[in-house]
Amino acid sequence: MSKILMKGNEAVGEAAIRAGCLHFFGYPITPQSEVPEYLARRLPEVGGVFVQAESEVAASNMIYGAAGVGVRVLTTSSSPGISLMAEALSYIAACELPVVLVNMMRAGPGLGGILPAQGDYLQATKGTAHGDFHLIVLAPSSVQEAVNLVMRAFELAENYRNPVMVIGDGMIGQMMEPVEFPEPAVGKPLDPGDWALTGCKDRPRRIVNSLYLDPEACNRHNFKLTAKWQRITEAEQRSESVYLDEPCDILLTSFGMTYRICKTAADELRAEGIKVGLFRPITLAPFPYQACRAAADRAGRILDVEMNMGQMLEDVKLAVQGTKSIDFLGTAGGVVPSPEDVAKKIREVLGSAPAKNASPKPAPQKKRKDKERA
Amino acid sequence: MKKIFSATPLLVDRPTHYCPGCTHGVIHRLVAETIDELGIRERTVGIAPVGCSVLAYEYFNVDMFEASHGRAPAVATGAKRARPELIVFSYQGDGDLASIGMGEIIHAANRGEKITVIFVNNAIYGMTGGQMAPTTMPGQYSTTTPGGRNVKEVGYPVRMAELIASLRTPAFVARAAVHSPKEILRAKEYIRRAFSYQVAGTCFSLVELLSICPTNWGLSARESEKWLEREMMPYYPLGIKKEPETAEAEVKRG
Repeated sequence: MSKILMKGNEAVGEAAIRAGCLHFFGYPITPQSEVPEYLARRLPEVGGVFVQAESEVAASNMIYGAAGVGVRVLTTSSSPGISLMAEALSYIAACELPVVLVNMMRAGPGLGGILPAQGDYLQATKGTAHGDFHLIVLAPSSVQEAVNLVMRAFELAENYRNPVMVIGDGMIGQMMEPVEFPEPAVGKPLDPGDWALTGCKDRPRRIVNSLYLDPEACNRHNFKLTAKWQRITEAEQRSESVYLDEPCDILLTSFGMTYRICKTAADELRAEGIKVGLFRPITLAPFPYQACRAAADRAGRILDVEMNMGQMLEDVKLAVQGTKSIDFLGTAGGVVPSPEDVAKKIREVLGSAPAKNASPKPAPQKKRKDKERA
Repeated sequence: MKKIFSATPLLVDRPTHYCPGCTHGVIHRLVAETIDELGIRERTVGIAPVGCSVLAYEYFNVDMFEASHGRAPAVATGAKRARPELIVFSYQGDGDLASIGMGEIIHAANRGEKITVIFVNNAIYGMTGGQMAPTTMPGQYSTTTPGGRNVKEVGYPVRMAELIASLRTPAFVARAAVHSPKEILRAKEYIRRAFSYQVAGTCFSLVELLSICPTNWGLSARESEKWLEREMMPYYPLGIKKEPETAEAEVKRG
């Protein structure tokens, strides 16, 4: 199959169609508006349904309705829009409906800015909305991986009947990279099984509901959801460890696009003889704690790099359990760290003098002195 | 002896949770009879709201959703667009539809979603214990308007049927009441028409039903019927507000 050059947001839309998703409900927001724009054009060509909702609140309830009648469905948004979808995501998770959503993160909090950021890590993985539930969260670090993970997201959503979020950032949405579309594992229409509301012909009626006024019944439902999350946690953790065949001086932990920046920095420093290893979770939830710990065990110390103020850092600390020193390099507001910023920080924490020809450009997080110690 | 009246199979045979004197039961019955008479049970999906009728999914003997507060028209949009062969209806109260769900209902109607909305207006929040609704009458007592609804502070009651009828998109919009046998018959006719338009794939349809709430109005059922007729009906005139046939003609006239 030949590669084509595509913008991340458009590749996400095409990946959904290739996975057999013919229903999209969404609302425009920068930096992901190319997804609805692409699908508004493309879905009618393949007999699909595109609806521009009046708000993210409505869009998220439309996907609840569409998933409830048993079709494969997608919505996409960016940070403030995801906050507006949170309520419906709680209902969707409670009702165990398969939906896929994409968050192309932008800077926050509040209206923030339209440039890339990773400030929604905790929202996505820990506290999306009210009640005990989890999203499966997948973090691509390239346009190709975004395609693969969007397609994989539909499989996971349907296997576990759980909402799945693919979390990227403005960079992944906006940049163009060569991609190819693999044969989808899904593609056949979604099996409405014994739960979807398709009309009660020749069967007892079905109810899609998350109201349990009986506390014992609600308690049991929570335990059921938790047992499902346990199964997901055991079976679905994915991560990537790089340059860890031999022990390293320092391990860089990061996710999504930040990993690409860390990789460039690591390659530069490795050429100078500094042993830099890399670890990134592909599933932010369930977080691959054991794999992260195993990577940390190969390293002298750890530098966590994120485009936020230290959110995945909490999971890295949980994984490492105080066995290693952890430093943190963070940016926000749409400021993207450069490989030079990462290299400079590595040298700083390793106590090695910066190379004479190091970039004179000051790191935006230069004034941050609050070293994180696990 | 000849049987002239019996339970409709479209309602589950169980007691409801509604208060004595409440007219939700009447409206449930009218909707259920309509679905039965049109022979659409096997392809109908209903959507229950948040409010007194939150448990409506327990009573309608069809596939049912429970939606979050106010969002039933968005859920209905998703369901109907995904499976256009389904007959999709939402059942919503005045807090759900006219307050928190104002955005969803207006836009579902304006897109011309081929869904049917049963809108129960009893001028009060029932389930939460009698707070002011957007439909609460001027001067009407509620637990959050202890001095009566002051229109200078909170505005006038919203006439949803007229508001939705003002949209350009063709639709069937009507208001009836369910406090007397005569008006119940008219309500049934409007509900039947509303569902029939959806079956034909014609347009969005909404029937507003003036309803009583003896518990939160602090009146007996009989007094409540009189209060509805005296206080609500002049402000909320009954009748058909919009029909797709005339609406189409209006659009053509420009």
